[in-house]
Amino acid sequence: MSETAYVAGAMITARDAPVRSTGLVGFVRGRLLNSPTNILLTAASILLLWFTIVPLTKFLLVDAVWHGSDRSACLPETLGRPVGACWPFVQAKFSQFIYGFYPESERWRVDLTFLIGALVLLPLLIPRLPGKTTNAAVFFLAFPVVAFFLLYGGGLDGFGIGAAIEALAIGADHLKAWGIPLASDAHVYLALLHDWLRNQGDALGSPVWFEFGIVATFVSLVILAAGGIRAFVGTVATFAATAVMIAALRLDHGGLPIVPTGSWGGLLVTLVVATTGIVASMPVGIALALGRRSGIPLIRIASVAFIEFWRGVPLITVLFFATYMLPLFLPGNFTIDGLLRVLIGVALFAGAYNAEVIRGGLAAIPRGQAEAASALGLSWWRTTRLIVLPQALRHVIPGLVNSFIALLKDTSLVSIVALFDLLGQLRAAFADPEWSSPTTLFTGFAFTGIIYFVLCFGMSRYSLFVEHRLNAHRRS
Amino acid sequence: MTGEARRPPLMLRAKLRRALGGQAGWSGFALQVVLVVALAWIGHEIIDNARDNLATQKIASGFGFLWSTAGFGVSQTLIPYSESDTYLRVLLVGLTNTLAVSIVGIIFATIIGFMVGLGRLSSNWLLSRIAGAYVELIRNLPLLFQILFWYLAVLAALPQPRQSINLFDSVFLSNRGFGMPKPIGTEALAPFAIAIGIALLLVVALRAISQRVLFATGRQIVIWPMVLAALIGLPVLTVFIFGKPWTLDYPVLRGFNFSGGMRMVPEFAALAIALSTYSAAFIAEIVRAGVQSVHKGQPEAGASLGLSRGDVLRLIVVPQAMRVILPPLTNQYLNLTKNSSLAVAIGYPDLVSVFAGTTLSQTGQAIEIVAITMAIYLAISLITSALMSVYGWRMSRSMGT
Repeated sequence: MSETAYVAGAMITARDAPVRSTGLVGFVRGRLLNSPTNILLTAASILLLWFTIVPLTKFLLVDAVWHGSDRSACLPETLGRPVGACWPFVQAKFSQFIYGFYPESERWRVDLTFLIGALVLLPLLIPRLPGKTTNAAVFFLAFPVVAFFLLYGGGLDGFGIGAAIEALAIGADHLKAWGIPLASDAHVYLALLHDWLRNQGDALGSPVWFEFGIVATFVSLVILAAGGIRAFVGTVATFAATAVMIAALRLDHGGLPIVPTGSWGGLLVTLVVATTGIVASMPVGIALALGRRSGIPLIRIASVAFIEFWRGVPLITVLFFATYMLPLFLPGNFTIDGLLRVLIGVALFAGAYNAEVIRGGLAAIPRGQAEAASALGLSWWRTTRLIVLPQALRHVIPGLVNSFIALLKDTSLVSIVALFDLLGQLRAAFADPEWSSPTTLFTGFAFTGIIYFVLCFGMSRYSLFVEHRLNAHRRS
Repeated sequence: MTGEARRPPLMLRAKLRRALGGQAGWSGFALQVVLVVALAWIGHEIIDNARDNLATQKIASGFGFLWSTAGFGVSQTLIPYSESDTYLRVLLVGLTNTLAVSIVGIIFATIIGFMVGLGRLSSNWLLSRIAGAYVELIRNLPLLFQILFWYLAVLAALPQPRQSINLFDSVFLSNRGFGMPKPIGTEALAPFAIAIGIALLLVVALRAISQRVLFATGRQIVIWPMVLAALIGLPVLTVFIFGKPWTLDYPVLRGFNFSGGMRMVPEFAALAIALSTYSAAFIAEIVRAGVQSVHKGQPEAGASLGLSRGDVLRLIVVPQAMRVILPPLTNQYLNLTKNSSLAVAIGYPDLVSVFAGTTLSQTGQAIEIVAITMAIYLAISLITSALMSVYGWRMSRSMGT
């Protein structure tokens, strides 16, 4: 055992106070200037900011021209100073950017559609508000119909019953043509019934309401018999809402004047293609994702092949496919609208991408969930519909929002196949010699860029918010 | 007795059920039959309609058109091409142009992407914020928008050829594109190339030897001087022996444009810039996620073993990060290649532009042309993803997981 080896003989001088690590000074020292490399990086960053932010603000705000009626307002010669953004150009072309060539007197319809869409969508996006199921049903089922009749116009000239009987008759004719004998001439009776119903409706003076009434009564009674009083009330409410819609849009009297899709344009087309794309691609995506995980070999192979095919080709070739090839595949007397063709292509394309996102969600559901459901005696369909899918879809909301952002951006490609979306309108506006000035191009890009950025960035923030909320249990 | 009774009596039927219908059994079998019938019917309808429609529009079908004369010029070709060449040649020209812009885009996207991604991880607050802003800005604007911006707004604002920005009178930047000297190989090129090949082989061998020695004995052999000597020394030696491997053909301003040299059309520049900056934003996020996925304890463990910071990065962090980075990175490369099809919007003569665009409008053979175009992109995608799954399989084997 050694003795105490060391005893301090003198007072040790007090240490310096530690370097401040809080507040602005601490922040600057710790995060910006803590090493020679970092000082260098900070200096470079400041220079970079100086060379981007300053000219940008100068261009967009300080040197910008705010009033004027043609290009001469934005020429440096007239102003005698360097010219920044030419905002009168945007003002002059604003309605084109939003509506394209939609007739001026009918633009309130577009505004109304935007308004209704926003009013239905907003409560859907706020998690705290109740009634999500009804809200989602309204947005995904009712809103597209309303939007279609509002934007496109036109009315109803018959209701479900007429169409159904006609389809049955056509089917019977087909079967006969293929030489399959029918038990009796069922289609003849169907056609007779159809004619009789039509005549009754015409006699009453309002065939739409007549057929609507028959369908509503029939369906409601079936629902009452099969699903009980709750379902019955829901069905009646749906029919009542539909009736209100028909009356409001005067669909029984031919509806609003038709605006052909060829004259749609601008932000309208961008939003229509993107929204329809995501809504239509959801069922496609769910079906493909389930198909890919199916235990039935051919269904799995077909789904994998479908998904890999659409994911392996660029969207632009899909659009070429929809524009040039699709019409050749349809019967000669059958033409579909240019916008609709593009929508079909976009829905299939986005469906394949969504399928992979949804598959991720399905894979994240523990096997025990489905096993517990089958232990309770639920069938595969019920297990999927009630247990697995709702959980899986909740998991992948952020992923779906991402694919919606991607779709919104990709929508700009339709301008290559002669549809004038926002970007297409921008290019068209550049061609106007009345506004050609050195800064017109930059101004146009700045304006549309801001629109795209606000939409996409807003959505990406929203998906972060949802992700955060869904993972609330993971945070400590 | 009991054993026989216990044997499942429906063994054969169950097997059949399984074989025909998968896990879902007979209902699965029924679904498969329905699927096959539906697909066959759709296929039949499509072929039938297409045949009728083509007959009424008097369009010939088949691939014979590939051998007829194209008769239009292409602004940039990497392989010899003239107007009297066939549509097949046009297809090849388009494909090489697509691959060229994709490769250039991939190289720059990787460089910018890694820089931005590491910048985002930097401890420097300002730098990480700037990198973050770059990512957010670029990712939230459509690619076509960015391509048009570079093409219509930025490159068109470059000076005329006469006032072009030039470097040492050999590299010219103007609104007619990017001109630079074109190397023309002499007979000394072959030995030069062989020398580079030998040097590369040497480097690979040296690396393998040093690694084996390191793992066997723990001794580190310093190889970089030898590597440098091989990579620089050998080629330089051939230059001394055989003379210059190439001469340069400089671009010269004649009239309103440059002649001679190598010229990149502005469309190429716009497309390459837009593709690489756009993909870089996505690659940056991939890199960030990859580096963050390496557990903090890993570099700490490396440091406690006495490895230097560089060695920790090279031997511990990067290999593990790469495992996470590579699959999505390949996806980005694929996306970039597919996105290069947007060239059609600005008229860069890529596959879609010259083949699915000009050739389609000249011949009207939509089915064949769109099918070929899709098949080429599909083949590129499938080959790449097959290579990636082989890589992933090897990786998971070597990591023992």
